[in-house]
Amino acid sequence: MNNKPKIGVYVCHCGINIAKTVDVNTVTEFASHLPNVKVARNYSYMCSDPGQLLIREDIKNEGLNRVVVASCSPRMHELTFRKTLAEAGLNPYYLEMANIREQCSWVHEEGERATGKAKKLVAAAVSKVRLLEPLQEKEVDVEPATLIIGGGIAGIQAALDIANAGFKVYLVEKTPSVGGRMSQLDKTFPTLDCSACILTPKMVDVASHPNIELFTYSQVEEVSGFVGNFQVKVRKKARYVDVDKCTGCGACAQECRLSGRIPSEFDVGMGKRAAIYLPFPQAVPAKYTIDSQRCLFLTRGKCGKSPKCVDACAAGAINFEQKDEIAEFKVGAIIVATGFDVFDASRKPEYGYNDYVNVITSLELERLVSASGPTGGSVMIGTGEDASVPREIAFIKCVGSRDKSVGNEYCSRVCCMYTAKLAHLVEEKIPGANVRVYYMDVRAFGKGFEEFYDRVRREGIRYIRGNPSEIFKRGDKLVIKVENTLTSTPMEDEVDLVVLGVGLEPRKDAREIIDLLRLSQSADRFFLEAHPKLAPVDTATDGVFLAGCAQGPKDIPDTVAQAKGAASSALVLLSSGRVKVQAQISFVNEATCRGCGFCVEICPYGAIELVTVNRMGHQVSVARVNEALCKGCGACAAGCLSGSVQQKSFMDRQILPQIAVLGGMR
Amino acid sequence: MKEQFEPNVVAFLCNWCSYAGADLAGTSRIQYPSNLNVIRVMCSGRVNPLFVVNALQQGADGVLISGCHPGDCHYMEGNFYARRRFALMKELLEYVGVDARRFNMSWVSASEGSKWKDVVQGVVEKAKEAGPFEQFRRNKINW
Repeated sequence: MNNKPKIGVYVCHCGINIAKTVDVNTVTEFASHLPNVKVARNYSYMCSDPGQLLIREDIKNEGLNRVVVASCSPRMHELTFRKTLAEAGLNPYYLEMANIREQCSWVHEEGERATGKAKKLVAAAVSKVRLLEPLQEKEVDVEPATLIIGGGIAGIQAALDIANAGFKVYLVEKTPSVGGRMSQLDKTFPTLDCSACILTPKMVDVASHPNIELFTYSQVEEVSGFVGNFQVKVRKKARYVDVDKCTGCGACAQECRLSGRIPSEFDVGMGKRAAIYLPFPQAVPAKYTIDSQRCLFLTRGKCGKSPKCVDACAAGAINFEQKDEIAEFKVGAIIVATGFDVFDASRKPEYGYNDYVNVITSLELERLVSASGPTGGSVMIGTGEDASVPREIAFIKCVGSRDKSVGNEYCSRVCCMYTAKLAHLVEEKIPGANVRVYYMDVRAFGKGFEEFYDRVRREGIRYIRGNPSEIFKRGDKLVIKVENTLTSTPMEDEVDLVVLGVGLEPRKDAREIIDLLRLSQSADRFFLEAHPKLAPVDTATDGVFLAGCAQGPKDIPDTVAQAKGAASSALVLLSSGRVKVQAQISFVNEATCRGCGFCVEICPYGAIELVTVNRMGHQVSVARVNEALCKGCGACAAGCLSGSVQQKSFMDRQILPQIAVLGGMR
Repeated sequence: MKEQFEPNVVAFLCNWCSYAGADLAGTSRIQYPSNLNVIRVMCSGRVNPLFVVNALQQGADGVLISGCHPGDCHYMEGNFYARRRFALMKELLEYVGVDARRFNMSWVSASEGSKWKDVVQGVVEKAKEAGPFEQFRRNKINW
């Protein structure tokens, strides 16, 4: 085959997105005179069917063997046009894109300059495409299993969907029980379903499903490999309780010397637990765990004459000798469902969360109204004999959301509705209570939300538009200072209880996951999806998907929907059984390689090794790339002293012409 | 005369962070000077110091290398290599008398569209101050 480049250049109008600023006819005319260009055309939408047909026809009729598409970002449509080339029988890697939309027409209003830049970008693409080489895409088998990190409702739902489709799931949860934040909620808006009633059956399913291997109180330590073939290392932290023997009777916790003295994480510190504990009554697995930070025996080596839990346990399940265990397995896909943290209300000191016992967060109220909570479901201020029932109750919304002063510009999306729900529940639990809500805006956007908000207002809950500036104590009342922004009147409101509607934040330990999986964060510090519209569950790392609030604040229905999306994306991989791996990888010219091993040291993936070859009767060592391990970063190519290591499609001799054009063209 | 000088800057952007950040600037319609042209590489670690010298030889008045923030590299450590190479090369180029305002490095993440604008403005401004670069100039483009 004659491999003399015959290039087709296709300039896209993108409707008016490009054509409005860039003179596409001038660019096309300019392109037609560039070296080796056989055809140059422009069209309103290159990515449309007729646009792609144009390319395919030209490949067939004009004998094109290289294609340049000047349109949007290659991150948008490179795959589309690669497919077009392949359909016309051309190697898909004979394509180069010139980004004249995102990095030209959209950022330069001035037409002449934009056109000039577009010409340069097209010329650079033409200079590169001439030198591109055909690449073969290799396929590898996909390990038919999925790792799911996080056992909240997102992780649970995704695990069940994948397991029901017949694939193995490893579900890893950091805390001793699955259930996540949803298990802490009492009722869910807007239907007022009992949260536990709809969640616990799913928790039990996850634990008993034959295709799901559940790791609670465990952490993912290491992930290596690539899409379809990840190697995972999980640390199962020592519970100091033999889970096979533990019956979950709870005798140990009753006897524990620290019983009722350690703030319960599940009850957000409102209730107390022992050093050996079950996070909450419906916990799955219903196995006790010893808090190694608190347990007297584990921290001081001594607990009275002998640890009381050991004496109490009839099953003999307690084992202080237990060690962490490491489990290793392979998976084809990974779903990150690590959830969120609630905003720490003490970061808004003007609301006095740290100072007054009767300023609480919405999650704390959630535990108070819950029948399984520390007060058995009654709303009380304080504990013991001093406890009193509040009459005047105020909710403050947007605490830690839509607030640049704490670095959270985003809306947490659930606070409007959970406030309405909690206001309703409080009204129900304390007949005759006066409940008001201070708000900036009410965002009741979901199915049934507006109706619920309406219902709550009809029940007598007052909504006052204003963002309180300060809360202080006067006598035994709290005073809220606020300006009613609808009537422009400053006011002071005396109440018994203030509930702060705290927002959702990225988890404090998000860094661990970022380091593990090379994820990016968006501006709000939640994990970044591959595309905000069209790839909302994918990430930049192939085979890694997002579900739930790890990606951004969302309510339970949205979380479940996204979890199902992530599960289906993982299933696409698993059920096809094969995945294409990166073709633009490194290779070594063994004839010029001097075997210094620089590239071996540089490679972050250990994908290059030195091997001994026979060169004209001499045994010499040269570098060799393991194609399955290479991810195509090109760090080795930049480090090679002799230019023997090169990255396919990003070879020195392919990039230098681009530099020549962009540097030299005025 | 000096005011009319429009510098020409060649930029090397990693695919995952900076190129995506520049795309986001476009999607958000953030306006910035058109003097900078981008070459996409998969990782800033791919940028051979030779590329920078070559760009200056070919007629660029300034060069920018931009990658993921330290610790966020899609390939784990490519941006650290880029940083190390850049630091060494910067010393060398300064030694041979090239104005340090001509070569720049930045970290721009996929969500930092407005930071990308600031970076471009800064780089172009500095190249403008440094004036046309003739020192390394080759007489003709050799491709």
